[in-house]
Amino acid sequence: MTRASAPAGAPMSRPAGAAGPLEPSLAPGAVPGGRGRRVRLLSSAVSPRAAWVLRALSVLLPLAAWQAVSMSGLTDPTFLPSPAAVLAAGREMAVRGELWSDLAASLGRVGLGFALAVLISVPLGFAMGALPWAQALAEPLIGLLRYLPASAFIPLLIIWLGIGEASKVALLVLGVVFFNTLMTADVVRQVPRRLLEVSATLGARRLRVAFRVVFPYALPGVIDAMRVNAAAAWNFVVVAELIAATSGLGYRVIRAQRFLQTDRIFAILVVIGLIGLAIDVLLRLLRARVGRWAA
Amino acid sequence: MTLRLESVGKEFAPGRPVLADLDLTVAPGEFVCVVGASGSGKSTLLSLIAGLTRPTSGRVLLDGEEVTGPGPERGLVFQTASLYPWRSVARNVAFGLESLGLPRALREERVGRLLAEVGLSHLAGALPGRLSGGQQQRVAIARALACSPRVLLLDEPFGALDVQTKEDMQLFVRQMWQEEPTTVIMVTHDVEEAVFLGRRVLVLSCDPGRIARDLTVGLPAERPLTVKRSPAFLALRAEVEDLVRAEHRAHQARV
Repeated sequence: MTRASAPAGAPMSRPAGAAGPLEPSLAPGAVPGGRGRRVRLLSSAVSPRAAWVLRALSVLLPLAAWQAVSMSGLTDPTFLPSPAAVLAAGREMAVRGELWSDLAASLGRVGLGFALAVLISVPLGFAMGALPWAQALAEPLIGLLRYLPASAFIPLLIIWLGIGEASKVALLVLGVVFFNTLMTADVVRQVPRRLLEVSATLGARRLRVAFRVVFPYALPGVIDAMRVNAAAAWNFVVVAELIAATSGLGYRVIRAQRFLQTDRIFAILVVIGLIGLAIDVLLRLLRARVGRWAA
Repeated sequence: MTLRLESVGKEFAPGRPVLADLDLTVAPGEFVCVVGASGSGKSTLLSLIAGLTRPTSGRVLLDGEEVTGPGPERGLVFQTASLYPWRSVARNVAFGLESLGLPRALREERVGRLLAEVGLSHLAGALPGRLSGGQQQRVAIARALACSPRVLLLDEPFGALDVQTKEDMQLFVRQMWQEEPTTVIMVTHDVEEAVFLGRRVLVLSCDPGRIARDLTVGLPAERPLTVKRSPAFLALRAEVEDLVRAEHRAHQARV
């Protein structure tokens, strides 16, 4: 199905380094062998212009390959529609308005579910990172729960909460909350001990240290963790809509499948990808603004 | 302000004391430098006075009152600038005053004066990341002084600076101490620095840390950098160096 365990790819270490879709790929000329090459590997700086060319190629090459395959007549257009057909299908859905209502439904769900997950996981992770007893109390359970694939809870959630909005939002929360908690806790633990000690000698009591020192120090890292997990949330909303829904991008994919409208499926997949990218960019901008001091 | 340590001992692991039976009295306005081989518990000593660590035995008394935790009357400066990187220089200096609940106008006035004193008024709005190492340490000192501490604790404050900056900072700290007589206790591994700055130099022994020697620095109060070349300075420096070296050798032989 989908990458139900999307955040598993993100290391539990400080998530600042987690690669996002905009990260320029490392060492484009990674050539194996040769002793001299190895040194060059480290200093493989790319000029900004070359980097933009490479970024354009990264999108245009697969697109050209797709176009070539669909033009060659080797594949049945019912299974692999041409880029032009996909564009037309997307435009049609946009004109008829269903694309926008589905998009709104999906975004509404992801907004609510992700917000809930953040509201739970950030304070919890903060407590775990700052208080050893909270860490000892919560970590075994959360460490275990995070290995249970959230999508496996769909049947249970439907039994418990029905097929309405509640079960979808619950799936999102389940898919995000444990990872985001542990990653937040990790970030909070990175606050240097010296900074806490100095704050104590400046007369700050525990609550003041928590809110005026630990929180601002951890905030950019917390947003980084959110960015990694927002990708998972966006995946989960589509998964939830594939199973049981009457609106949303996932629902639209299932409907198109029933009528063998692969051009529509492709168009929706493209939209899903673009929205995911947009969420990532927005959170990056927020991170850059909040974490100016860390730059 | 009078600081008294009464037979203070500290063990992090049972049976392996870092400091033992340490007695010390620091009079108001003194400048005490603590030197010792690594592992002699210099930093632990400062941490005990700051109240960040509790002694295993004995008591730390400030004006007769037992120290039970950290507080703004004992300002602390670490080797690496532990500034708040998201706060501007001025807001870093203001941190302790905010904790004390000082009204904004008073706070700003005091911060402004302190920044002028440490020569950083022009950087009041800058973030610490833009400052040089020496400037960062000045901010850290100003921040500690903002709370008008009864004693200023410096833990190898210039250990990470280059030689020239370090000398500048030594002159700066001496001048500051002469103009506003605060009690200063400074831990350093640099013997020359200890003799130049201190009116009193304590040499710690190792395993466990005790005061091996308590030396009064008989140099004139006015000390330009050239004093570092005077025979009296060099003799004292050699004496302290020999003591530290002997402690270091003894420590090496035991481990």
